[in-house]
Amino acid sequence: MVIGMPAAPDAESTLAPLRPVFRAVVTTVVPEASDLDEQGWRELEAISESLLRDRPAALKRQLQMFLRAIQWLPVIRYARPFTSLKPAARTRVLAHLQNDPIQVIRVGFWGLRTIVLAGYYGRPEAGRALGYAASPQGWEARR
Amino acid sequence: MKKLSYDVVIVGSGAGGGTVAQQLSPLCRQGARIAVLEKGPRLQDHEFTGRELEMAQALYEDGGGFLTADGTMTLAFGSCYGGSTAVYTGTSMLPPERIIRHWNVPGLEHADLEARARKFMVENNVHLVEDDAINQNNRLFVEGCRRLGYRVEQFPVNIKGCRGSSLCNLGCPNQAKQGTDRVQLPRAEQNGVEVITRCEVRTIGERTLEARVHAKPAGAKGLPSPWEPGEYQIEAKLIVLCAGAINTPALLLRSGMGPKLPRLGQGFTCHPAFIMVAEHAQPITNFVGHPKSYYLDEFAASDRYVLETCMYFPFITAKSMAGFGAEHSAFMRAYPRLQMILVLGCDDVIPYNRVEIDASGKPVVYYRFTPELIRGLIRGAIASARIFFAAGAQRVHMPVARNTTIEARDAGRLDQIAGEAEFRPGKVPVSAAHLQGGCAMGSDLSNSVTDAYGQVHGMPWLFVADASLFPNSLEINPYLTIMSLADRVSERVAQALSPAHLVAQPNL
Repeated sequence: MVIGMPAAPDAESTLAPLRPVFRAVVTTVVPEASDLDEQGWRELEAISESLLRDRPAALKRQLQMFLRAIQWLPVIRYARPFTSLKPAARTRVLAHLQNDPIQVIRVGFWGLRTIVLAGYYGRPEAGRALGYAASPQGWEARR
Repeated sequence: MKKLSYDVVIVGSGAGGGTVAQQLSPLCRQGARIAVLEKGPRLQDHEFTGRELEMAQALYEDGGGFLTADGTMTLAFGSCYGGSTAVYTGTSMLPPERIIRHWNVPGLEHADLEARARKFMVENNVHLVEDDAINQNNRLFVEGCRRLGYRVEQFPVNIKGCRGSSLCNLGCPNQAKQGTDRVQLPRAEQNGVEVITRCEVRTIGERTLEARVHAKPAGAKGLPSPWEPGEYQIEAKLIVLCAGAINTPALLLRSGMGPKLPRLGQGFTCHPAFIMVAEHAQPITNFVGHPKSYYLDEFAASDRYVLETCMYFPFITAKSMAGFGAEHSAFMRAYPRLQMILVLGCDDVIPYNRVEIDASGKPVVYYRFTPELIRGLIRGAIASARIFFAAGAQRVHMPVARNTTIEARDAGRLDQIAGEAEFRPGKVPVSAAHLQGGCAMGSDLSNSVTDAYGQVHGMPWLFVADASLFPNSLEINPYLTIMSLADRVSERVAQALSPAHLVAQPNL
C-alpha cells in the first residue's frame, strides 16, 4: 500500500458501500470533521482506505460487518439507526462499544477508531490546523 | 529460480545485521563473499520528508500497524535499510549489569558486553545533547521530576549534526542519526559486502536460503533492489539471522526447525507502553528539538516501570490517546501546548507470550498482559501525572482512568483515579517497540535456542545476532546491547570461516 496513491474505485472500496455510517462515525470520533468539505472528506476516506488496501479480505469484511452493526444495533434502544441519531446518542453508542466487556468488540472499535483518526489527522491540513509545524530544518525554522 | 552462492549471508540490516556486516567485512579483502539480505527498501536521502503516514509506510513493517494476535497491542519495528536503527530516537544505553547478571547465560559476562558497547558508542558518536538544544517538553520533565525528588537522567544519543527536526521516528531527514544505515552498512559496503534490499527470505535449510526479491511498487519510495525481481536459491557456508525478535523466530519456524528447537519463539518480551499527555497554559517547544532526552528508571526494579520523554506526530498522538470525541479533540487542539511522557512496563518472560506463524508462514505474536505488568503501568501513569502537575500542567490525559481528563485540582487523589480495573486491553492504546526474545541464548536445548555466541544448538552453520537472543527483558532501549551481542557473534562467525574455506567464485 502506498500512501497518496489514488483512492480505490468504489467497487473495490471497503468503506464506500458504507459511506454514510462511516462518516457518521468519523464526526462522532472527531467532531471537527463536521466542518470538512467534500474534498476534505474524499481525502480523509482515501487515507483510511489506503490503510486497508493490503489487509486481508477477511479483515475488510469484519470491518464492514462492524460498521453495519453500528448502524443497526441502535434500533433496539433508540428505534432508529446510527446515522439518524443526534450526536449525544451517537457518542453513547460508540462509548458502549469502547467499554464493552467483550474484548473482541473493544478491539474492533479500536481498529475502526484508528482508521478514522488516520484519515482525519493524517491529512496535512489537519496538522496545520492543530499548529503542528515540525520541519526538517528544526530549530532554524523557528528563528 | 536463480542460484547464487556466498560465504556468509546475513538476514536483516538493523542493529544486529549492520554490525555483523561491518565486523565481517574485512574478510572480503581476503576473498570472502558476504551478502546482507534486507526485506525493506533503501531510501535516498531526499525521500526522508518527515511526513507522518508516508514515512511510516515506507520504513516500518506493516506501516507501523503490526498487531498482536488478539489485536490489543501495536508492535512497531523497522523494515528498511538499517532496520529499526533508522526509525528510533538514537538512545544508546549501556547494558545494565543487574539485568545481564539476572539473565545468567553461561559464558556471557557483563564486562565483556559493556566494553563492546563502549566501542560502538565511540563509533556512533554517542553523547549527551547540549543543554541549549533541549526543548521545553524535555525540560518540563526534568523540572517535574526534580520537584518530586526523582532521579532523572539524560539519554546518551547517537546523533551527529542534529538540527532538531524532532522527526527521528520517521527517519532523520538530515541524516544525523548514526544508525547502521549511516555508519556500519556503508562501511561494510565499502569493504565489499553486498546489501540486497527488497529481498525477503522465505525459508532456510542447511547452508541454503530461499528468497524472493520484490519489484518496487508503483509510487513507492526507495531504490529498486540490486537484484532482479524473482525467486532465488542461495547457498551460504554460514547464515546469520538478524531479522529481529519477530521475524527471526518466524523464519526458523517457517523453515521447519520448531521440532529441533523446543524453545524457538518462546520468551518474547517487549516493554509494553502507552503515552501520557499533559496540557500547559502556554505553548511550549515540543515538535522541535530532539524528542527523547531524559528518562526516569529508579523505579524499574521496585515498581516495574520506566518513564521516558517523547513527542509524537498528530496521527500517532491521536491514536495513542484513549477515548474519542470532544475530550480527545480538546487535547489534540492543544497540540502546541502538549507535554508527553512514555510509560514503559517492565515485562518478564511468561510461557504464553511467544512468536508463532500462521498457515501462510506469517509471524503471529501472542501476548498477554500480566497483573504485575499492569500494576507497573498504572504506577508509571500515576508517577507521570505527578510529574506533569509538578511541572505546572493544567490537565492530564490519563488512559487508565474512567474519566480520562484529570484536572490539576485532582492531583492529590491520583491513586484513586487511576486503577487496574481501568486497564482494559483493546481500550487502552498500548504499543511496543523494544521487541526481544524468541531465540534465547543459554546452555542447551532445554532452556535456549543458541549458545552465548549466538550459534544455534546443533547447527554449526547457523547463527542469530539480534534482540531475539535476549533470554529476558533488558528493561532499557536494546540497541547498543544488540550491537554488542552481534559483535560477539561476528567473532565466532569469523573463526568458523577460516581463510582456507573461502572460495571466491563470482556469481553469474
